[in-house]
Amino acid sequence: MAVEQPTAREAEQTRIHNIGYRSYDGPRLGRAYARRSLYSQSLRGAYGLGRSVKSKVLPMLLFVVMCVPALIMVAVAVATKAKELPIEYTRYAIIMQAVIGLYVASQAPQSVSRDLRFKTVPLYFSRPIETVDYVRAKYAALASAMFILTAAPLLVLYVGALLAKLDFGHQTKGFAEAVVSVALLSLLFSGISLVAAAATPRRGFGIAAVIAVLTISYGAVSTLQAIAHVHSGDTSVLVWMGLFSPITLIDGVQTAFLGASSSFPGAQGPSAAQGVVYLLVVLGLIAGSYGLLVRRYRKAGL
Amino acid sequence: MYDPTVARLTYRGLLGRRRALILGALPVLLIVISAVVRVLTGADDQVAHDVLGGFALATMVPIIGVIAGTGAIGPEIDDGSVVYLLSKPVKRPAIIFTKLIVAIAVTMAFSALPTFVAGLILNGNGQQIAVAYTVAALVASIAYAALFLLLGTVSRHAVVFGLVYALVWEALFGSLVSGARTLSVQQWALAVAHKVSDSSLVTSDVGLPTATVLLIVVTVAATWYAGQKLRTLTLAGEE
Repeated sequence: MAVEQPTAREAEQTRIHNIGYRSYDGPRLGRAYARRSLYSQSLRGAYGLGRSVKSKVLPMLLFVVMCVPALIMVAVAVATKAKELPIEYTRYAIIMQAVIGLYVASQAPQSVSRDLRFKTVPLYFSRPIETVDYVRAKYAALASAMFILTAAPLLVLYVGALLAKLDFGHQTKGFAEAVVSVALLSLLFSGISLVAAAATPRRGFGIAAVIAVLTISYGAVSTLQAIAHVHSGDTSVLVWMGLFSPITLIDGVQTAFLGASSSFPGAQGPSAAQGVVYLLVVLGLIAGSYGLLVRRYRKAGL
Repeated sequence: MYDPTVARLTYRGLLGRRRALILGALPVLLIVISAVVRVLTGADDQVAHDVLGGFALATMVPIIGVIAGTGAIGPEIDDGSVVYLLSKPVKRPAIIFTKLIVAIAVTMAFSALPTFVAGLILNGNGQQIAVAYTVAALVASIAYAALFLLLGTVSRHAVVFGLVYALVWEALFGSLVSGARTLSVQQWALAVAHKVSDSSLVTSDVGLPTATVLLIVVTVAATWYAGQKLRTLTLAGEE
């Protein structure tokens, strides 16, 4: 007894005190919730909501610039009691492509480049989300933001057309076709931009890379098309050139399937058969950029 | 004024890793397009003028200028590593001057040289078109580099504003409002090119004296003001 006494007291002294920590037994919100949060935060971030005032200026300004011409057109149509809107619905995004390009170029890098630069990507993956979830959430958020940007002016045009008592059936058909077209455009542009932006942690280079891919390819293709239009009678060369820039791809698809008139030189858009190739290339690019993004984020250590 | 160490670091920041690829892609594209056009149409002075004027000088040179000009200082300010440079006993105007020289050199190398090659491919320098546009690209490089370097010190969104100037102001407003052309680096450069090459195809809306004065004023004023901005630079945290 006398021998055991000290060891017993020692055990008493080395007891781990319970200071009231409790384990979490509430509901675990899980992977889908985390993915949804990442989606909504990225979507809000694309318009600067929840960020500083300074970072709201640019996306909001571009959104306004995107919508103002539509408002003017509607005002003109209502005031002059026109039978038709000044332009087709499908044409709007093609005309405003510089604004769309600037928007996606400024927002794609802010969506992914900062996570790379401040090395927060591994922190995302310490949550119950996987690489695929991160890519899907970011891709879906940017595509939704782009869709809001491109569909809002169409909605303005549509509502305006109905207020001006234009033909309901005709306007609805044109509006629906244009919405499908801008949805495709949003997916294509955001996919390409995210791939370009995710390649570099520096925002400036990301913006330049996105603009280079979108605008320069359009400049190159339209220059070549104009020259081919003047110098060779063969229109098929001209149409195949359209495959090499995102905006002419969309133009080709909507000319072939969505009742738009082409903005190619001489208004020679692709035929239905060539349109199938256009559509396949667009879908291939969307799938390809998704695949590249998943591959980019496979290594969590950047 | 010229500090070799700062220059070396700037070159590395601009051309290191895969960044040279972005800069290199555009000139390669221009040369490929020139080759395609030559095959399609043969040597034609008007086509050469269209491609070099419409694509090389109007699109490629400003974009290279934006990347090189803002890239020379923007990223350093953005990630805060510029404090390590500013804490060294180097005068801040000297830093700006060195970075300007580097930006000009990079812009010239990636824009004027390919323009000359493309001009040779397109029509073998007929009517001095290749030389004229090379001169225009060289002159424009200096002004663009100075202007966009200033933007890099002023704003965090320098690249976007630079692109808005290059693509919207010069391309869009320049073609709609003729007054905007007087305030366009591209037109100033064309005025100088017209004088140097005596080519009848290369013309400008701005007279040579106005163009020269404006070019010099813009370059010097932008460089001086960038130096001032760097002297009073406050480092903001990430937004």
